[in-house]
Amino acid sequence: METIQGSEPRTPDPDRPYPVTTLGYPAEMIGPKETYARVSDQIAGIPLKHPNPKFWFIGFTFAFSFFLLFCAAVTYLLARGVGIWGIQIPVAWGFAITNFVWWIGIGHAGTFISAILLLLFQKWRTTINRFTEAMTLFAVICAGMFPLLHLGRPWVFYWLLPYPDTMALWPQFRSPLVWDVFAVSTYFTVSLLFWYLGVVPDLATVRDKARTRWKKITYGMAALGWRGSAVHWQRHQTAYLLLGGLATPLVLSVHSVVSFDFSVAQLPGWHSTIFPPYFVAGAIYSGFAMVLNLLIPIRRIYGLQNLITERTLNNMACVMLATGWMVAYGYIMEAFMAWYSGDPFERAEMWDRAFGPYGWIFWILMTLNCVIPQLLWSRRVRTNDIALFFVALSINLGMWVERFVIVVQSLSHDFVPSSWKLYTPTFWDAATLLGSVGLFLTLQFLFIRYVPMISISESRELIAQRKEGKL
Amino acid sequence: MEERTNPEVITEPAFEFEEPRLYGLMAEFEEHEQLLAAARRAYAEGYRRMDGFSPFPIDGLAEALGHEYSEIPFFTLAGGIIGGLGGYFMEWYAMAHLYPLNVGGRPLNSWPNFIPITFELTILIASFAAFVSVFLLSKLPQPHHPVFNVPEFERASIDRFFLCIEAADPKFERSATRQFLENLKASKVSEVEE
Repeated sequence: METIQGSEPRTPDPDRPYPVTTLGYPAEMIGPKETYARVSDQIAGIPLKHPNPKFWFIGFTFAFSFFLLFCAAVTYLLARGVGIWGIQIPVAWGFAITNFVWWIGIGHAGTFISAILLLLFQKWRTTINRFTEAMTLFAVICAGMFPLLHLGRPWVFYWLLPYPDTMALWPQFRSPLVWDVFAVSTYFTVSLLFWYLGVVPDLATVRDKARTRWKKITYGMAALGWRGSAVHWQRHQTAYLLLGGLATPLVLSVHSVVSFDFSVAQLPGWHSTIFPPYFVAGAIYSGFAMVLNLLIPIRRIYGLQNLITERTLNNMACVMLATGWMVAYGYIMEAFMAWYSGDPFERAEMWDRAFGPYGWIFWILMTLNCVIPQLLWSRRVRTNDIALFFVALSINLGMWVERFVIVVQSLSHDFVPSSWKLYTPTFWDAATLLGSVGLFLTLQFLFIRYVPMISISESRELIAQRKEGKL
Repeated sequence: MEERTNPEVITEPAFEFEEPRLYGLMAEFEEHEQLLAAARRAYAEGYRRMDGFSPFPIDGLAEALGHEYSEIPFFTLAGGIIGGLGGYFMEWYAMAHLYPLNVGGRPLNSWPNFIPITFELTILIASFAAFVSVFLLSKLPQPHHPVFNVPEFERASIDRFFLCIEAADPKFERSATRQFLENLKASKVSEVEE
């Protein structure tokens, strides 16, 4: 497919180690010396040869210890019930739903990068799509845990699914909470299929490069006998494009449906039509931030600068800047509509959000999400991985705080002053949140250890396009 | 472009030599353009039972080998229609028939509320159909295939491009086909054992 993306004239820059375009942006999408064999060796070498074992074991141990904390927190929860959390009436949702919305939002970056940018011919996505899709899967796993644990009786979670049961009951299909079950489970399944379809040819590369019997058998099984046949590739590419097309409306629908959980309710601070687009923009915002937080250290530790170039970092930072402004617009509109509606409850709620007992959290949110990310206007910040890491970290924390404000502050301040009540998280709330980060990182460490984390076949395509002079 | 004809009826060629039988001849190339050109030449020459192998998808290669279009979109569409209609039917049947709940006299077939799940199930079944049809039509998983018997074929998933003409092709003739492949600037021509 023809594209002008990446075909701009490039000039060397004395200040920078990489060539730049006429506008001064980084030009390279893939290192200039790469060949098919080199990228295959480099990427497939990570699962096969396991470079940097010390980093991996220390990191994995750290992540796994938090995962054990998660197991402990969940076990205690199952034994004692949701009363171990700080939730009460009126704040019945607390950390659990805050974490759910945060994790599912993080999960949106993967599909955005792999599907929407695929349809838009954005070739810089090539070297990061595998990694971000995997991140999506793990984030959705973490997200899915929270509503289930929050059910009170998680062991009957299957009541949410439609099946002809002996009680002759059906889920209430008119409820956004049931839409959520369908949206999240569809999202997970489609992301998994999309990811696996992309990874099969690379598993075949690992199989062919493996030198021990067990690795050959294991990767061979996972590669399903892929042999790179032209007809198979044709089907693979058609399906990949179709899945991209199907995943594009899906990714927009998932966070919209999540936002319906709030906006369909009549609570002041929730009942707003801005929610679906604002949630989707926020999801992509936090997702890109999480991708950068994971990718920047991995890029340095595994020496992937030749594949994940400054151009990729720069472009991701630009997407964060744009979505950050969409989110900021959402904040402004929430405040404006609260005032413009003339509704005293909405106005009181908005005032309480900024100047009430949780006001300090609101201003932290504004700083983390709207002020600090303005650093991304600077090209120097966008191409400096350390600065970018800290901006991304600020966005990640900021987006969690945003969900906390939406969930907890709105619930704590509803219509009747006699029912107002503040929420204080307990140790188990914090343990479940940190534990879910542990679960996420554990899965992430296993992924980078055992699966090629950059798409090898698509990197080869970039090299082929450069040979043809199309890049 | 030359006119394309349907492959003739394929008859099993008689093999006079003993086991292992010949599956076909495989030519190895170093660049993807060479493979593409070779595939076009082979098709023009009249070969039909052949396949190209590459470490990344090559635009137009399947078409050059006579596989004009892929069947995936049809299955995906069918999956989407089944998912959408099935999803709506499930909601309507459960909400309006099996467990009707009258809330303030609102209609039981409350279609706007049924859209999100209908949409999600459309996407789910369509994606599932697309994914499954790739592997079922390609007869994967298939852990072993004769092409893997060629030692050089390991590089088909790394940096080499292969064209394999099957012995079952009616035009296949061991020495003539080998000669033809060698003339295509193949860096190596190997025999593929069954």
